[in-house]
Amino acid sequence: MPLLQVEELRVSFRTADGIVQAVRGVSYDVEAGQTLGIVGESGSGKSVSTQTIMGLTRGAQVSGRAVFEGKDLLTASTGDMQRIRGAKIAMIFQDPLTSLHPYYKVGWQIMEMIQQHESVSKDDARKRAVELLRLVGIPHPDRRVDDYPHQFSGGMRQRAMIAMAMALNPALLIADEPTTALDVTVQAQVLRVIQRMQEMFGTAVILITHDLGVIADVADEVLVMYGGEVMERADRRTLFFNSHHPYTEGLLQSLPAYGGARERLRPIPGQPPSLLSPPPGCPFAPRCPYVMDRCRTEDPPLAAAGEEPGHISACWLPHRGSERAELRRKLLEAEPAGTAPSAGGA
Amino acid sequence: MSTPDNDVLLRVDNLVKYFPVKSSGYFQKKEFVHAVDGVSLSVRRGETFGIVGETGSGKSTLGRSIARLYDITAGSITFDGQEISQYSQRRMRPLRRQIQMVFQDPMGSLNPRRRVGSIIGDPFAIHGLATGAERKRRVQELMERVGLNPEHFNRFPAEFSGGQRQRIGVARALAFQPKLIICDEPVSALDVSIQAQVINLLADLQAEFGLTYIFIAHDLSVVRHVSNNVAVMYLGQLTEIAPADDLFTVARHPYTGALLSAVPLPDPDLSERREQIILVGDVPSPIAPPSGCRFHPRCPKAAPVCVSTIPVLEPKLGDKPAHVAACHLPMAQGENLADFHPTIAAAQRVIEGGGLLSGDEAEVSTVAAEALATSDTPQPEGRRQ
Repeated sequence: MPLLQVEELRVSFRTADGIVQAVRGVSYDVEAGQTLGIVGESGSGKSVSTQTIMGLTRGAQVSGRAVFEGKDLLTASTGDMQRIRGAKIAMIFQDPLTSLHPYYKVGWQIMEMIQQHESVSKDDARKRAVELLRLVGIPHPDRRVDDYPHQFSGGMRQRAMIAMAMALNPALLIADEPTTALDVTVQAQVLRVIQRMQEMFGTAVILITHDLGVIADVADEVLVMYGGEVMERADRRTLFFNSHHPYTEGLLQSLPAYGGARERLRPIPGQPPSLLSPPPGCPFAPRCPYVMDRCRTEDPPLAAAGEEPGHISACWLPHRGSERAELRRKLLEAEPAGTAPSAGGA
Repeated sequence: MSTPDNDVLLRVDNLVKYFPVKSSGYFQKKEFVHAVDGVSLSVRRGETFGIVGETGSGKSTLGRSIARLYDITAGSITFDGQEISQYSQRRMRPLRRQIQMVFQDPMGSLNPRRRVGSIIGDPFAIHGLATGAERKRRVQELMERVGLNPEHFNRFPAEFSGGQRQRIGVARALAFQPKLIICDEPVSALDVSIQAQVINLLADLQAEFGLTYIFIAHDLSVVRHVSNNVAVMYLGQLTEIAPADDLFTVARHPYTGALLSAVPLPDPDLSERREQIILVGDVPSPIAPPSGCRFHPRCPKAAPVCVSTIPVLEPKLGDKPAHVAACHLPMAQGENLADFHPTIAAAQRVIEGGGLLSGDEAEVSTVAAEALATSDTPQPEGRRQ
């Protein structure tokens, strides 16, 4: 049984402009010890879906199920959630400075976290805080434990957040853009620390990011989200070398190649859909180079794609490689040049 | 670098920009942030000159100093044959049409209460060119050129998406067909699919109007893609300048090497094959930068000479004149930084903060980790120290 099983999760918010359907029927599961990467652009629903699971989206209308260790988190009582949150499922966010309280010492904040969930003495909690800081590579942790967050650099703050998240040895760590605010060299440090923690403790990780490079580096399985829906799920290698969904393909193509010739980039034309009144059918249809009539009216379900087990894609294109290639070629030819991702050129 | 050259649009010599730090006491020594500390470079007409560096490297300050948004502390800036570093605001004014900037945060650089048409029309108003219907026509032309719908003339910035707002910023910069556009992180706030649209737009405009760009960014793949030449900045100084392809194939400066190796590659094969150099520690304070080579406290190759002597930017190991690095111990091709260990005293190195633990400490921590992992109860006493 998977560690976390999310089924048909729907989240919407009432706003002044109307109802925003941020997450529209998302299902996935996470196995113990695994790293699931969730990739998507702003507004894809990647953060809202995990925040909802943790009970952090107050005022939202939520439906679906999120079963963790046999308990549905979406209907769990406040008391149950408080016991789970932090202890069994921990979370780290993009900006460590806003996640740490500026008024309290870093060590105190870690100790509070430990003492909230376990009956340990202050001395023992402090010892564990020091040990945790040492574990994530904070130098002189016995001194640093008494520092305030502003005395830490950005990378150190994120390490401290990881230390706090790992304090109670959670089964699942949700990392929401944990390195986006950091420089590349510091990002590399922090990703290593997360990986190392995972190896030591066997924690499962949901890593939410917009950076396909980070995904290629650390994810076992990848979920691609767009317009509040899951577009594709595959293991890392399949996603990068044998993706099925045109959105995944578009994302990969719009990145500048790291080596080789500097060709003109191939962006995805158009804008992401508005979640106020999402179009019927596939959310990617308005920007898709292979769009068919059916795509505009019927939303494709997630179905097995390609040869790899576990590879699923929400697209009406045939799932068999050869048929798909054939149809895609025809669709591209039929389409007037303007709407296809611009080929070659100046 | 010193020959007068018509090809060169911009030459910066030994540019220095310090910012005073607020001191707390009357008798305290006045301190300065050494944001840019002796930078020299030249930018050819029609090229894209990339500047990469991490937070606090001074790359934005350098860009703003070149645009004369700051008064510089020392050095010279020669733009199109004129030495502009000491020009008064008034003398700068006609030149401002020729040097424009595009900023990172399109929302922060556009007044939310003004209509897009009037924002893009600002340059015409400020310089007293084109009024009324003529101004509107030219603004709409610009909007069309950058891929905005000219009918959206009367909308507010909030009604546009991030990518479109960046197009507004570009349209405003383009108003007078400037010679030089300094783009400070122009795409880093945008989603990848939109980022590619803006990069292509900048490339099209460059081809059409013969623009010269200084492209400041922290994303190395983007910089490599757009730039002809790239300069790498660290703590206010340039560590390496090279044609883009050279820099990314044979980096000479260990900092460049470490920076490149830290970039996450969107390709599982490449990312598994290469060896990442994880730098130790954080960038030191720019108030009291390290002596000699500023990278020495974190450099795997650091030797005593790196502490005592400031390295000069010059071609290394038989590189062509366009590829210069400021390093006493440049990297040979295929050299692996992970094989090196600094030969300087520990006190001169950064061990503070940073990479994973090494050696003994790591071992101790593994023991600690096991204890933490297996026990729900407080851990046993007296294991540390």
